[in-house]
Amino acid sequence: MTVPYAEALQEFEPVIGLETHVELGTASKMFCGCDTTFGADPNTHTCPVCLGLPGALPVVNEKAIESTIRIGLALHCDIATWCRFARKNYFYPDMPKNFQTSQYDEPLCTDGYLDVEVSNADGTLETVRVPIERVHLEEDTGKTLHVGGATGRIHGASHSLVDYNRAGIPLVEIVTKPVVGTKHRPAEVAKAYVAELRDVLRGLGVSDVKMEQGSLRCDVNVSLNKPGDDWGTRSETKNVNSLRSVERAVRSEVERQAARLRQGERIVQETRHFHEDTGLSTSGRSKEEATDYRYFPEPDLVPVAPDTDWVAELKAALPEAPSVRRRRLIEQLALSALDAEAMTNAGVLDLVLATVDAGAPAAEARNWWLGHLAQTANSSGVEPAELSITPAQVARVVGLVAGGSLTAGLARQVVDGVLAGEGEPEAVVATRGLAVVSDEGALATAVDEAIAADADAADKIRAGKVQAVGALVGRVMKATRGQADASVVRRLLLERLGVTE
Amino acid sequence: MNDLTRLTAREIAAAIAAGETNAVDVAQAHLDRIAKIDGQLHAFLHVDSEGALETARRVDAGEISGPLAGVPLALKDVIVQKGVPTTVGSRILEGWRPPYDATVVERLKSAGVVILGKTNMDEFAMGSSTEHSAYGPTHNPWDLDRIPGGSGGGSSAAVASFEAPLAIGTDTGGSIRQPAAVTGTVGVKPTYGGVSRYGLVAFSSSLDQAGPCARTVMDAALLHEVIAGHDPRDSTSIPSPVPPVVEAAKQADISGMTIGVVKELSGEGYQPGVEQRFAEAVETLTGLGAKVVEVSCPHFAYALPAYYLIAPSEASSNLARFDSVRYGLRVGDDGDRSLEEVMSLTRAQGFGAEVKRRIILGTYALSSGYYDAYYGQAQKVRSLITRDFTEAFALADVLVSPAAPTVAFPLGEKLSDPLAMYRQDLATIPSNLYGGPAMSLPCGLSDGLPVGLQIMAPTMRDELLYRVGAAFEATMPAPVPPLDWEA
Ligand SMILES: [Zn+2]
Repeated sequence: MTVPYAEALQEFEPVIGLETHVELGTASKMFCGCDTTFGADPNTHTCPVCLGLPGALPVVNEKAIESTIRIGLALHCDIATWCRFARKNYFYPDMPKNFQTSQYDEPLCTDGYLDVEVSNADGTLETVRVPIERVHLEEDTGKTLHVGGATGRIHGASHSLVDYNRAGIPLVEIVTKPVVGTKHRPAEVAKAYVAELRDVLRGLGVSDVKMEQGSLRCDVNVSLNKPGDDWGTRSETKNVNSLRSVERAVRSEVERQAARLRQGERIVQETRHFHEDTGLSTSGRSKEEATDYRYFPEPDLVPVAPDTDWVAELKAALPEAPSVRRRRLIEQLALSALDAEAMTNAGVLDLVLATVDAGAPAAEARNWWLGHLAQTANSSGVEPAELSITPAQVARVVGLVAGGSLTAGLARQVVDGVLAGEGEPEAVVATRGLAVVSDEGALATAVDEAIAADADAADKIRAGKVQAVGALVGRVMKATRGQADASVVRRLLLERLGVTE
Repeated sequence: MNDLTRLTAREIAAAIAAGETNAVDVAQAHLDRIAKIDGQLHAFLHVDSEGALETARRVDAGEISGPLAGVPLALKDVIVQKGVPTTVGSRILEGWRPPYDATVVERLKSAGVVILGKTNMDEFAMGSSTEHSAYGPTHNPWDLDRIPGGSGGGSSAAVASFEAPLAIGTDTGGSIRQPAAVTGTVGVKPTYGGVSRYGLVAFSSSLDQAGPCARTVMDAALLHEVIAGHDPRDSTSIPSPVPPVVEAAKQADISGMTIGVVKELSGEGYQPGVEQRFAEAVETLTGLGAKVVEVSCPHFAYALPAYYLIAPSEASSNLARFDSVRYGLRVGDDGDRSLEEVMSLTRAQGFGAEVKRRIILGTYALSSGYYDAYYGQAQKVRSLITRDFTEAFALADVLVSPAAPTVAFPLGEKLSDPLAMYRQDLATIPSNLYGGPAMSLPCGLSDGLPVGLQIMAPTMRDELLYRVGAAFEATMPAPVPPLDWEA
């Protein structure tokens, strides 16, 4: 039983909150020297420390502290001058020490915000400020694989396998304050927030932010209240691991809660599990049976006291914020807001800007990244940024087209060659033999052959039906494997047939 | 050559260096003695004859040299040694062979110290008598019916009975010093952070500290220098040079020093015989040219309760990893039981009563709603005790007290009374809470049993202990147990 989203939000006011976990892209783990590369054989990236062997001790990864502070600064947070790690105690087999080294009441970064943009019906963008409660650093757990059950869940499994490669990878938790005033679009704001956060993190270079590999994971809190009433009881939906899911999770929770509230039922404060396949969530454990984590300061680690000068240096060296860059791009390149949003949603905004910076005209850069490259990325299931072509290479291909040495069709083949790992664009042109044939002498034979092969078309053209020239152009292009400039071919054909336009 | 087991560590090293004996003969002599008497004493949980002789051969081959090369040592079973069983006195780790060396072990190995084996201890270092060892108690070489102290009773008994000239202990609330006191040996808890904890199976992370056990102050100093120093693998390790402890033990001069007698570490709970020997020791120090003053440390009265909140709290978390998943004991894994049931059964059978008591105590003290009243308050007491020390050290260079309130008590006497057992650490706990170094060394006998003098110094001034200890030792030869029980 649900109430449609729009209807629910006419009747109730939403309050949302997001907790985001980001795996940092440090070379080594949070408290030991183990490799963090994704996808290694199970339990090969482990040592006494991240396996929690008796006697082993943690040592803080300074790069992780630096990355966390840079995230905090990018989110306009205050940076602690002195803080400690804390132990969060609970038993779980994929957590080697049966406590997680985290931060509790002394986080590294507090009290910031992130401005996000949502588009209005008329295409204009509106800025919503999402307040940030804290940014703290902790370690990731291992991964458990339940074997023998039908669903891959623990229920019904015959046994479980644990991989500790992920155990101890630095994890940053970014927690918003309750976000009020999202009115008729809490789901859209939630999605925009996560997308913006992802762009900020990517711009900082602190994480590969791949939601599908779990390096960015979200928990979404939602409550509803009648206008004028106190905030309602919230639920927390866990494991929301794509942008689309963030939006769907908020939407479905608004619809579910509204239905309950309408019927006079109360909302249970609980953890809910999101299911990617259905877009719905199911009830997990309720707060009444919640664990007491028995937090206390981690005695194995000395306090972290970032030097204020160092923090100031980090702040001065922050890259331009994505929102600022977006505005600059829109102005500089005279793009429409909708275009900018499309680029943001496709994950190509940075790439377009970098391509422009590398010398390509804005329109060309946009067309490549929103067109052929976005499609290629989509069909191979990767983010555009993960394609093995750089903005600089795209800009060079654009340059080759502008200089007349490539046609649009050839340029595509060159790009595909670069994507296939055949080297730089110039090398692909050379090895695939893709240079435009502009030597009119070389084309003359092909033109003659085309006319001879399709006498009907030639006659029609001579009789004044110029549009029939397309068939002959096609023959020439085919014969030259696309390397001829179609407009030159057309001109040559018409000249040969004695027709003027 | 005389009986090699009666030599001090310094004498053994010198004899080997001079070619008067060799490391293999020394190791064999000690292994033979262990084989002969340890059935009665039970100081060792595991003897590594092969490993010991291998190191000795390498020393004899000239591959390793140094001030302690070829000297045998007994290692408390709380410190991991690669490939050698490490149980921490608990069933829960029975059969576990660590895949790595503790930093202390690495340093011992590279110094050519011959590790004879692992010594008995109260389970997870929780206790003052070794009676809480899951493998049965160690006996005091002075009287086999009495306790050797704890938790490091195995290490001290081994040293006192000439099974080894040196041993490594660990001291969380007195586990090096109280056993030293009741076995008539020298035991030192270095400054917290002075010796790496990497590879020391944690009981209470903010209090644990490994240190030397020996029969002389100089031997303890030599061992101290080998094991101490900054370790990047231990975040709490202090990045400063090791205090000049060997130099101080040579100097052995205390004229002009001011020594503070802690008023609060006497009276109720202290045996008259212990107080008598302590008073005489203070007179001796005066005679050696020190100025003796009385100092007051009013918050020491709260040290014991604060300790019994902090240590169990940390232990409740540190011991959570013993869950049967990755290593050690696993009970009841029959394919039907859930993971939680197997964890539960394993911990129920794998931990002894005292360990469970402290896990429960610590879990309670950290629970939501009780944290401030217990753990939080205890941390405040800890700050106040540190302040007491700081103020006392403004008046005196070192502080002294009896190391243990009683001489060795009969086995079984305090087993049914945990609080009486806990009171064994009345005098030693304050230094752990503060983090400063402290030593126990023999200061005579009471009723034929050893009494220990405790010396306490400011943090990273460990050399002061050795200066005072060596000066005192020179006035009183180390007591030798009668060993009349030897077959
Ligand atoms: Zn590791």
